[in-house]
Amino acid sequence: MNWTINNLWLVPGLPLLAAGILAITRQPYRRFSAFLAIGSMAIAFLISAVAFVSTLGQSGPAGVWRAVKNFAWLQMGPSTVSLGWMLDPLTAVMLVMVTFVGMLIFIYSIGYMADDPNATRFFCFLALFAAAMLGLVISNSLLLLFICWELVGVASYLLIGFWYQKPSAAAAAKKAFITTRIGDIGFLLGMLWLYSETGTLLFYDNGNGCLEQSALAKVVAQTTGVGMVAATAISLLIFCGAIGKSGQVPLHVWLPDAMEGPTPVSALIHAATMVAAGVFLVARVYPLMEAQPPVAAASVRAAETLSPALSLSEREREKTILAAGHQEVAAKPMPHAATEIKGAGSGKEAHGDQTSATSISTALKVVTWIGTITAVFAACIAVAQTDIKRILAYSTVSQLGFMMMGLGAGGVAVGMFHLITHAFFKALLFLGAGSVIHGCGGEQDIRRMGGLKQFMPVTFATYAIGMMALAGVPLFFSGFWSKDEILHAASAWPASRWPFYLGLFGALLTAFYMTRQMCYVFGGGYRGQQNADAHTTAHSHTNKVSHSHHAAHAGSHEPHESPRVMTVPLRVLAAFAILLGFFGTPAWPWFHDYLTGHHSGFSVGRLFEGHTLLTMLISSVIVFFGIAVALLFYAPEPVRSPDESDPVESLRPGLYAVLRDKFYIDELYQISVIRLNAWFAWLCNWFDRRLWEGVVQAASHLVIGFAWLSRLFDELVINLGFDQGCRRIRKGGQTMAGLQKGQVQQYLSVIGIALTVLLLLLTWGFGR
Amino acid sequence: MNGFPWITALTLTPLIGAILLCGLEPHQNRLARGFALAFSLVSLGLAGILWANFDSSLGSLQFAERWSWVPTLGVEYFVAVDGLGLLMVMLSTIIVPMAILASWRIEERVPIYFALVLFLEAGLLGTFTALNFFHWFIYWELSLVPAFFLIKLWGGPNRSSAAIQFFVYTMVGSVAMLLAFLALAYATGTFDFGRLAELARSGELASALTAKFAGFGLSAQQWSLILFVSVFLGFAVKLPVIPFHTWLPSTYSEAPTGTTILLTGAMSKMGAYGLVRILMPIFPEPMGLLLTPLLWLAVVTVVFSACAAFAQRDLKRILAYSSINHLGYCVLGVLAAARLTDNQPYWIAEKAAALNGVFLQMFNHGLTASALFCFVSFLEGRSSGLRGIDDFGGLRKVAPVFCGLMGISVFASMGLPGLNGFVGEFLILKGAFSLAGWATALATIGLLVTAVFLLTLLQRVFNGPLNERWSKFKDLSVSERIIVLPATILMFAIGICPQIIIETINPTVLRIVSQLN
Repeated sequence: MNWTINNLWLVPGLPLLAAGILAITRQPYRRFSAFLAIGSMAIAFLISAVAFVSTLGQSGPAGVWRAVKNFAWLQMGPSTVSLGWMLDPLTAVMLVMVTFVGMLIFIYSIGYMADDPNATRFFCFLALFAAAMLGLVISNSLLLLFICWELVGVASYLLIGFWYQKPSAAAAAKKAFITTRIGDIGFLLGMLWLYSETGTLLFYDNGNGCLEQSALAKVVAQTTGVGMVAATAISLLIFCGAIGKSGQVPLHVWLPDAMEGPTPVSALIHAATMVAAGVFLVARVYPLMEAQPPVAAASVRAAETLSPALSLSEREREKTILAAGHQEVAAKPMPHAATEIKGAGSGKEAHGDQTSATSISTALKVVTWIGTITAVFAACIAVAQTDIKRILAYSTVSQLGFMMMGLGAGGVAVGMFHLITHAFFKALLFLGAGSVIHGCGGEQDIRRMGGLKQFMPVTFATYAIGMMALAGVPLFFSGFWSKDEILHAASAWPASRWPFYLGLFGALLTAFYMTRQMCYVFGGGYRGQQNADAHTTAHSHTNKVSHSHHAAHAGSHEPHESPRVMTVPLRVLAAFAILLGFFGTPAWPWFHDYLTGHHSGFSVGRLFEGHTLLTMLISSVIVFFGIAVALLFYAPEPVRSPDESDPVESLRPGLYAVLRDKFYIDELYQISVIRLNAWFAWLCNWFDRRLWEGVVQAASHLVIGFAWLSRLFDELVINLGFDQGCRRIRKGGQTMAGLQKGQVQQYLSVIGIALTVLLLLLTWGFGR
Repeated sequence: MNGFPWITALTLTPLIGAILLCGLEPHQNRLARGFALAFSLVSLGLAGILWANFDSSLGSLQFAERWSWVPTLGVEYFVAVDGLGLLMVMLSTIIVPMAILASWRIEERVPIYFALVLFLEAGLLGTFTALNFFHWFIYWELSLVPAFFLIKLWGGPNRSSAAIQFFVYTMVGSVAMLLAFLALAYATGTFDFGRLAELARSGELASALTAKFAGFGLSAQQWSLILFVSVFLGFAVKLPVIPFHTWLPSTYSEAPTGTTILLTGAMSKMGAYGLVRILMPIFPEPMGLLLTPLLWLAVVTVVFSACAAFAQRDLKRILAYSSINHLGYCVLGVLAAARLTDNQPYWIAEKAAALNGVFLQMFNHGLTASALFCFVSFLEGRSSGLRGIDDFGGLRKVAPVFCGLMGISVFASMGLPGLNGFVGEFLILKGAFSLAGWATALATIGLLVTAVFLLTLLQRVFNGPLNERWSKFKDLSVSERIIVLPATILMFAIGICPQIIIETINPTVLRIVSQLN
């Protein structure tokens, strides 16, 4: 145990070291670079696995077991700035996920980037990306988390812009960095504020950490100028960072553009790293997010005692509200417990709703709402996209919305479970899409695919599993269980029912657009033949994916299955996309128990409690309905040629256009924020060059004019007097000279020569 | 340290070098370059000796040399360094060899050019070590004169007006400061910074001012406000603080790049150094009174300069405005630390954080900005003087090492964690947030805009399709790599382990803070 926590830094340290070595490795050593990157990830994975195992069966005094290791980074006299790392279930499960999925993506990259001239650099950036994310996951300090957070940002910048010669890739990289940085500014301010209020940025530090009781009591006691509790304001500022990184509305615009990067990068960004960071951040600072001032808490408590069912967790809830460590998740764990409460107290349900609604912190309400809006908004857009990766990108945005919704409405375990399952099936889908693109010679437009079922059987089978997991096909796919849990939590959310309804709508759309994509890509006949010559070459050219076997296929343009180094990761991920679901079913909520330090064991009975079964049923019906409608439109063949319009487009062209153009958000930003920024920059420059410079010029002219006048005055008035005076002195001097036998002349001549030399020097200097 | 006048030796070294260089024949170019580099490296070595022998557990002045000079006027020769002075000495001696190497290609009047550079270095080292206004001011002005000639004689097409503007602007500031100090000396009879600060703390300064200037119908407070504003003006021009900045963009862009490195790397620090060393201890009360308007100036400096940088098309002008932006954070930090508070440990800690951040930021900016201007000089050298942001494109393909190393400097300038810029900015913002929350919150806008224009710079110059014109663009040569490598290594070292600098400056910071209240 001690060994694990003391050496946990190796998990991000090894990939970082690999990145450092690869940064100075020359291009030809591509095998070495792949070996180094994958090897470092493999060892990191092993250490993570050991750490994970060591957390099993542990439980701490506060419900959740946790080990921390802190050290002083800056020592400024009596005050220190400390950093540290920690191991708790949340960290352990993220570590295993990131290292494992990351490693598979690295392996896949060997095949995908086989012919890229910059492969060494690619593995360097990948390793840096993974290292930054792993550092973020283990950090026990908001500052260290922020540091890694920014490194994640810069690694994503480097990777999205990896094909830097493509102007669109360079622009997308910049857009990603800047958009996320807008959120980061909020994060930074929130961090500074938290630091200033609590005096520490360590999360857990033997009772002195900023997520522990005494610090939280301080921040909830403070009220800001506008009447908001400091804890809420800080939470919302920190959440800004999560909005940026996790692509929530309104800062989601960078994520689809980030598809300009190589496909393994998209997989890494969308599954294991980058976007997961935002969700993880919210989960990490959850005690702060749900902290509430004691006054509100007291009234809630008073109200709750009315309801006997609620009093059961009252004592724990008190702790929750005063925001103790992590046990609040234990206090109001998964929706099942919430349902128990509701089920038992059904007579007072309305009343219970009311009181519980006030017990939800504003920050969590915002998280839930932002998540809900994002989930539906992005799902709508995904319906009308035609780029295989962009559909997946919008589905990621939408799923991230679901995760946020789960965090807000259901707690850490609910959101995190979806994060983990999503990581596996989204990595699967992206790598599958990469395989499709690879097989079609760089083609990304789903209208020019079709019929790939025959050509790429492995990719088809695994992709189908990923699709069903994402759509949430019942019982056998992980996505069903994790999404169901979120919907369940939303249905029990006391503040509002709308997230539940909107979430159902989002689930419907998800099933619809994923089925649509399957039909386009794998159903019907291959449509890439028509004018394939021009198109394929153009695409592979721009993408710089000059696969060697494209040359072999140049004559036929037949799609082909990808090499084993790419399909094996697909199979592994597909297996996990199915299996993982069984760790978080209502009957056996192992994942929640693990994260919350609870032990509920296996019980089929829980399936029949409260609304559990009903919610499952509703969401299943919704999913099947979505798939059925999509099949109605798109099966057996959506379009016969790439130029035909989409069936939905023919039905509702106006609506389709709005969705295809992503609700014109990019255009809106273009004419508002970006134009404003450019205009302000122009104004600053104009002010500087014209106005202020003009004032300075005028002043200097005034001075020069004055100098000229004073020179005139000097020459005409003063010098006259001076000359006369000089004449008198000269006379006196002559007398003196007579007396001193010419010595004065000697002195004067020396001074004169010196002056002349000086004058010459100066004129020589100025003359050039 | 056994009585050897280390600091005098340190200041004299470049001076002797400069005089020797003046004696060279105009065509002895190679000899002149070698000489200049050698002398600047000797200074670096001496600074290194100081650093190594500096007792960093103390915040006091060390290596002091003190001789009476003109006792009747209160003039002494008094030099010493504390953590702040030492850090600036170190920075100057690191920057000068870089500037000399970046000026290697200068072919006209080489001996004089390098003589002026060494004169400038002497002025810098003197300014950072002198503790009596009299010779401090001589050094302060001494650094101005060589800079003027460097711009005037070796600069770009508009050098004349740039040089004049630079000279007149800084001269106006200097004169205002000189007058203020004459008034102070008249009232108190001393030019000694430490003594003046003591008088200010004990309140004797105010009573002396009332006694001496009673006839003008102004109160002591009004007098100290007037004097404060005059001294502030001197530093504000040098830093610069907006709106006293218009000399800077044209000066930086017209000066030969080696000189720009000196100007931005070392000379701009004189202003920030003055704020901490002179203004804050001697004028705590006026500073506290004028805090809100001054904070506004700092915020405007930070935000406005970043936005103006975004509108520039010339790489040197972009970096010039970015310099204003970075030093704006220093001003913010100093002002926040100058807020009048009680002596609670909480405030002490926040002020110490802000000032530590300011010192780090000064050092970091010197390093990063110098490296960036170095890269611009390499670009200019390859493109016969072109340096427009749109003149290049896609250079990463032909010059990956160039792009990588310059990218590191750009990200350091942007404040990326892991590199040096972040630590300073974080500490300034941390301290300033508690002391002046609204100003800090507004100033963070600058961080965002900085990212926008620096990434645009990278995008335009290095990314996108290769501009065919530069298909023969050479990557960094070995000697060029050697020039920028030390700075790059330092960027990482400070970013990862800032303690190497903090431990030297923190005792000084704590002493300054404890004397503030």
